[in-house]
Amino acid sequence: MVKDVTGSGARSKLIEKAAEEVQGRSLWQDARRRLFANKMAVASMIVLGIIALMAIFADLLSPHAYDEVYWDYIGVGPTLENSHWFGTDANGRDLFIRTLYGAKVSLMVGIVTTLVALIIGVVYGAIAGYFGGRIDTIMMRIVDVLYSMPLMFFIIILVVVFGRHIVLVFVAIGCVEWLTMARIVRGQTMSVKRKEFIEAARASGVSTPNIIRRHIIPNVIGPVIVFVTLMVPVVILVESFLSFLGLGVQEPMTSWGVLISEGAAQMENAPHMLIFPAVFLAVTLFCFNFIGDGLRDALDPKDR
Amino acid sequence: MLSYAVRRLLEAIPTLLVIVALSFFLMHSAPGGPFDSERVLPPEIEANLKAAYNLDKPVWQQFAIYLGNALQGDFGPSFTYKDFTVSELISTGFPVSLKLGLSAVTLAVIIGCTLGILAAMRQNTKTDYTVMGFAMVGITIPNFVMAPLLTLIFGIYLGLLPVAGLGDGSIRNLVLPVVALALPQIAIVSRLTRGGMVEVLRSNFVRTAHAKGLPEHLIITRHTLRAALLPVVSYLGPAIAGLVTGSVVIEQIFGLPGIGRYFVQGAINRDYTLVMGTVITYGSLIVLMNLLVDLVYGLMDPRVRYD
Repeated sequence: MVKDVTGSGARSKLIEKAAEEVQGRSLWQDARRRLFANKMAVASMIVLGIIALMAIFADLLSPHAYDEVYWDYIGVGPTLENSHWFGTDANGRDLFIRTLYGAKVSLMVGIVTTLVALIIGVVYGAIAGYFGGRIDTIMMRIVDVLYSMPLMFFIIILVVVFGRHIVLVFVAIGCVEWLTMARIVRGQTMSVKRKEFIEAARASGVSTPNIIRRHIIPNVIGPVIVFVTLMVPVVILVESFLSFLGLGVQEPMTSWGVLISEGAAQMENAPHMLIFPAVFLAVTLFCFNFIGDGLRDALDPKDR
Repeated sequence: MLSYAVRRLLEAIPTLLVIVALSFFLMHSAPGGPFDSERVLPPEIEANLKAAYNLDKPVWQQFAIYLGNALQGDFGPSFTYKDFTVSELISTGFPVSLKLGLSAVTLAVIIGCTLGILAAMRQNTKTDYTVMGFAMVGITIPNFVMAPLLTLIFGIYLGLLPVAGLGDGSIRNLVLPVVALALPQIAIVSRLTRGGMVEVLRSNFVRTAHAKGLPEHLIITRHTLRAALLPVVSYLGPAIAGLVTGSVVIEQIFGLPGIGRYFVQGAINRDYTLVMGTVITYGSLIVLMNLLVDLVYGLMDPRVRYD
């Protein structure tokens, strides 16, 4: 993109400079460098990593089981005695291990559900965008209609009607959250499909499914990654929302939503029951948002 | 303009139909029925009960009957609140929810826009960072966490405001629910306003206005705001949907007798008619609000053409 308006002297200098940087940098290397220069994003990744590790190794970090009841410690605040670092809940169960189990559930719901939404959304959007015309009109019209509906209520109905099973929560939220993904992918696909390399692929006889899989999807992945990072916290929120209303995971299993709901009921005499899970939830959501913002800045070609 | 409004109104009909159909068929595909209980009913009584609720007819016929009744505002009897029809429950709950929602929208727009304008005018100063930091907190912390925290601080520790219920119906009882409901929306509106303002402040027509020597407040009110608030207006549709969902939780937390609470109670008790009634009410509200927002958007933005 160098305009030759400055004359040949400057031009030869530029060529020399270009020769020094023989090592080419790909889009992804560029993006990674910019992402790691973003302090908030890096800090968020570290914090999130710690929370994830704590969730994975929860059983090694605490001597207690998540469903064990201690009759002598009911609703006590944080104490070193009997190593209840976060205190216990209203049933005398250790809050530290329960918060970590909540982290397990919340992170798992966030990631699995996002994957469900990702797969549906990418395939749907890529097909609509690639074929265009009437197929596109019909497919996107369906998305429009679904978009204008109170989807949260349908999640709740789904969960109520078909039993409160954790897998159902994954599927229900995933089925709802793919809409925006489909729109993003469709838009990207429409702009990519007119590029020459697609034409070249078609001319050399590559089949349509292969063009979508090998050429379209890898080229629309940038905005999709950003959206995925921003979708994980939304999904975690929806799950907590459902659990808060008593429609998500069931006892004795727990999630942050359940813990917050129990804490809210006990906040007058045991505020620690509300504060610990609420802080964990908020910090996690913060981290995902910062990473998402960082990724967007890193991958956005407009800023280059 | 008028033909556009009519066309949009007609387009809303299939959406509403889908809402009714989806919730109806979901409910009817549920295993078990509303009359399953521990005590086994004699077959004659069960048959009579089913006939009374039209449950003995084929599903599509039940759907037609339900649709016909719903169009006339009759959502059938509630299964758990005995002696009440769903329409009665909704008509008692709706004013409470509406009051809550309208106050929250008003608060969100007024405070959100003010904060956004402030942040944009003092871009990259402490004011800007404070407002945007606050907005990040507001967006990240869900209102079911914010509401108990606010209650804990203002209701219990400071004892300034009532913790729950409508009490004597005075405004004091609504302060905490409205604030808790509005906070996330305030945060989003202020971010949108700031974004819009920052972009418009750099544009040519604002520079021209400065060059003409217009006073600052006139530039902001006459020229900048009108363009900068467009993203806020187009966000109002999703905002209303968000407030509706939020009100479900807020009504539950603060024990307010609105339809959000009926929805949650209905869902937990498997009160199918009540759940459907509330979903249809909310659905229609959201669809109509989206329509209204689109029309207002067209009035504000001269670049939008109706064809």
